[in-house]
Amino acid sequence: MSDLTRRTAADLADALAGGETSSVELTVAHLERIDAVDGDVHAFLHVDREGALAQARASDERRAAGNPVGRLDGVPVAVKDVLATKGLPTTCGSRILEGWVPPYDATVVTRLREAGLPILGKTNMDEFAMGSSTEHSAYGPTHNPWDLDRIPGGSGGGSAAAVAAFEAPLAVGTDTGGSIRQPGAVTGTVGVKPTYGGVSRYGLVALANSLDQAGPVTRTILDSALLHEVIGGHDPLDSTSIDQPLPSLVDAARAGASGDMKGVRVGVVKELTGEGYQPGVQARFDESVQLLVDAGAEVVEVSCPHFVHALAAYYLILPSEASSNLAKFDAMRYGLRVVPEGVDNPNAEEVMRATRDAGFGDEVKRRIILGTYALSSGYYDAYYGQAQKVRTLISRDFAAAFESADVLVSPTAPTTAFKLGEKLDDPVAMYLNDIATIPANLAGVPGLSLPSGLADEDGLPTGFQILAPAMADDRLYRVGATLEAALLDRWGTPLVPPELVEGVDRAPDLASADKETVR
Amino acid sequence: MTTQGATAPALMSYDEAMATFDPVMGLEVHVELNTVTKMFCGCPTEFGADPNTQVCPTCLGLPGAMPVVNGKAVESAIRIGLALNCSIAPWCRFARKNYFYPDMPKNFQTSQYDEPIAFDGWTEVDVDGETYRVEIERAHMEEDTGKSLHVGTSGRIHGADYSLVDYNRAGIPLIEIVTKPITGTGDKAPLVAKAYVAHLREMLLGLGVSDVRMEQGSLRCDVNLSLRDSPESPLGTRTETKNVNSLRSVERAVRYEVGRQAARLADGASIVQETRHWHEDTGITTSGREKSDAEDYRYFPEPDLVPIAPDAAWIEELRAALPEPPRERRARLQEEWGFSDLEMRDTVGAGALGLVEETIAAGAPPAAARKWWLSEMARRANEQGVDIAALAVTPADVARVQALVDEGKINDKLARQVFDGVLAGEGTPDDVVASRGLAVVSDEGALSEAVDRAIAANPDVAQKIRDGKVAAAGALIGAVMKEMRGQADAGRVRELILAKLS
Repeated sequence: MSDLTRRTAADLADALAGGETSSVELTVAHLERIDAVDGDVHAFLHVDREGALAQARASDERRAAGNPVGRLDGVPVAVKDVLATKGLPTTCGSRILEGWVPPYDATVVTRLREAGLPILGKTNMDEFAMGSSTEHSAYGPTHNPWDLDRIPGGSGGGSAAAVAAFEAPLAVGTDTGGSIRQPGAVTGTVGVKPTYGGVSRYGLVALANSLDQAGPVTRTILDSALLHEVIGGHDPLDSTSIDQPLPSLVDAARAGASGDMKGVRVGVVKELTGEGYQPGVQARFDESVQLLVDAGAEVVEVSCPHFVHALAAYYLILPSEASSNLAKFDAMRYGLRVVPEGVDNPNAEEVMRATRDAGFGDEVKRRIILGTYALSSGYYDAYYGQAQKVRTLISRDFAAAFESADVLVSPTAPTTAFKLGEKLDDPVAMYLNDIATIPANLAGVPGLSLPSGLADEDGLPTGFQILAPAMADDRLYRVGATLEAALLDRWGTPLVPPELVEGVDRAPDLASADKETVR
Repeated sequence: MTTQGATAPALMSYDEAMATFDPVMGLEVHVELNTVTKMFCGCPTEFGADPNTQVCPTCLGLPGAMPVVNGKAVESAIRIGLALNCSIAPWCRFARKNYFYPDMPKNFQTSQYDEPIAFDGWTEVDVDGETYRVEIERAHMEEDTGKSLHVGTSGRIHGADYSLVDYNRAGIPLIEIVTKPITGTGDKAPLVAKAYVAHLREMLLGLGVSDVRMEQGSLRCDVNLSLRDSPESPLGTRTETKNVNSLRSVERAVRYEVGRQAARLADGASIVQETRHWHEDTGITTSGREKSDAEDYRYFPEPDLVPIAPDAAWIEELRAALPEPPRERRARLQEEWGFSDLEMRDTVGAGALGLVEETIAAGAPPAAARKWWLSEMARRANEQGVDIAALAVTPADVARVQALVDEGKINDKLARQVFDGVLAGEGTPDDVVASRGLAVVSDEGALSEAVDRAIAANPDVAQKIRDGKVAAAGALIGAVMKEMRGQADAGRVRELILAKLS
């Protein structure tokens, strides 16, 4: 393909290294792509044209002087609007932070800058990362490049859609209960939630501190590994960050691409398949498992009996932490300030109340109320305390499962992308979309989603999730790269969303091949 | 701060109250640590900087910012715990205390809740020769809040035109030391409370963990007090009096609350469980917010911090390196200085032990050091309504004044004038002596002439002295000193008089 925006980040890095293109050329190409399609997709809340070009020019100068600062120096990236960016607006998709420009960079952003990646802009998200559809953004929803009437997943729908629509080769997302992986699944992209503590949370506006983790959003496994290595590693500013090196992720991705799965035990989680999963999603999952078997993997079924309680525990822990985190948005120091009408000389409390009433959306208010209730004296033990016990049981389930399997696998999300508005009035149905991704956050283990094909019934992308023990993120990349290579081999061409791509026919009818293949 | 609209409640006299009720106290002392940086970030902690100049994303609570625990503050907390004979938790966590207040950047305070770093300790304080044991419930770590300034006629939040917040103080490390209910003090309750806080201050100073300047708020005391019919009765309803920020006030606040609560109870009224504010100027407490079960801080473990698990060997190292405990130190100093029990008790009671010690270290004889601090300085502190340590005079100044007296350059009367000058900010004792011209007259000629004039003016007295009634010399000395406006060495005058009349 000649269009620079269609190429992978690894490929672009090689092109830059070989003098075939420049960072300015790359950055301009992506900015033009944003101009062309983002009116339809709405992946970005803020595009930093000048800033990105300035960083691209600086990158080209470094390279011309023979001093590139890393493999990805000059490859542009998009950043979810939940990460603080110095000098660039950071809204978290909320009205309450409208106009706030942070005076500091999140550590992840610092590392992107230090590695020379021009930052194209900030991507759309559900308000404060609460949602699975990006419909809860105060600035309007993002549309799925595969079907503009459908959701791109959430909360990081902006990052996933930007990458799927070729507006950015790389993006950073954050994943509290699946906000990187589920959007990856429904947009046909790759998303990784690293081990908790593997990527610094400093500057990540917390939704739920004990669950949040930033990670890569890309179109290939190798690109995710490259980006993961840039943003990961210990940070003294985050006390929960792990001071211990990871095995090389890029090496693992390259090793996996060779396709040898001999000696690798793949555990299919009984509780995360079958009933409740869309037939097309299940079918693509089963085929992918078979491809891993064909590559030499040993498949075992594992049971994680407490996963059935994960969603309930998650919806106590998350709102509890969030209710406290969001208390700081009170109009006293930054962001929106609403003076109540009809009140003479309002006091601080009245201003706080009016601002929070006007500045937070319904989903945010719902969770603040839930969390405040769950932490209240007399209820704490029954709700927050009990949820923490469930969390421990889920960690034990993982530990037991990882005794008989090196990685665990499941469909990433139970369905393909649903229509915008379809589940807005049914929060529980919306929450159920994260049923397969949430356990990893509760236990702090890493997870990855990669595209496994298109569902027969609607022709929309499906996702395959791989989970590994804490600090064994390399296994995600190894197994993921093997599966990616096998799938690509069958398809002959990567999955490409038809809607926005001129001159490319609807994605090949991948689903028709090997329909009989069942594990 | 004035106390508008508060009608002074009826008080029962202290003696009557004590004859009728048994007091129970609980003291909560907040100590600001003197670490170089804040509890959870690298901002400086220096007192008195321009507003909002010692802040960063973390202590301003900006979205995304995260805390990192100050290891030095943990060390100080453990040392305080050890000095109070506490157990040190092998594993503990911080918790969030959630409530909304504009001077609290995150609208939660990072504190400790059910897992304090130090707990179950005790200490002993002496009052009038009696020793009282005070049980320590806990000592835990937390962060300070910012400081609100309410601008307007009232000076309080209600009725203010607008309010300003300085976040320099937000995030300064605090240790909160909480006693168990203190019983068995009887009518000594106010003195025990004061002695306990003075004892803590001395101990913290010895540990070097805090500036313990009550007037700057680096040591703040909340006084919980309840009354019951007798030591056998169940505990009564308590009030929590905040803003008690001097040693004197600790004593006065206890005394006041005893009188107020006793009058209510005697009247058949009940005590409202509430927070009350102490007013230094008027010496009364007024009702603040009502403390009820409705106040729910929704504590939960701080998810941005990892648990603290101090190494047992490290704790033992810290224990071994603790300074001499205050009571042992007092015994040693009393021995060294040769003070009587009463003198020592007065020195400690005046909060002047450290001052006297430093004055002696600066060269003054022990008796002189005690004399100046306990008579002259105690009186002045009392007049100004401040703690003796808050006076603008240093132990080195006192030692220097005594040296000037010993050298015969000034006498005690002039010394008082020197202190006037030092306290008025006129410089060092030597500066004041020079600028005010306070040196004693040592011009023998002038002195001799003055003595002659006094003898001539008082022939009767002179005759008595000639007759051997040496005691009568006092009248002539007085006359000479008067003429010399005090600037003469009385001993030398006496010598001259006796020489001339022998």
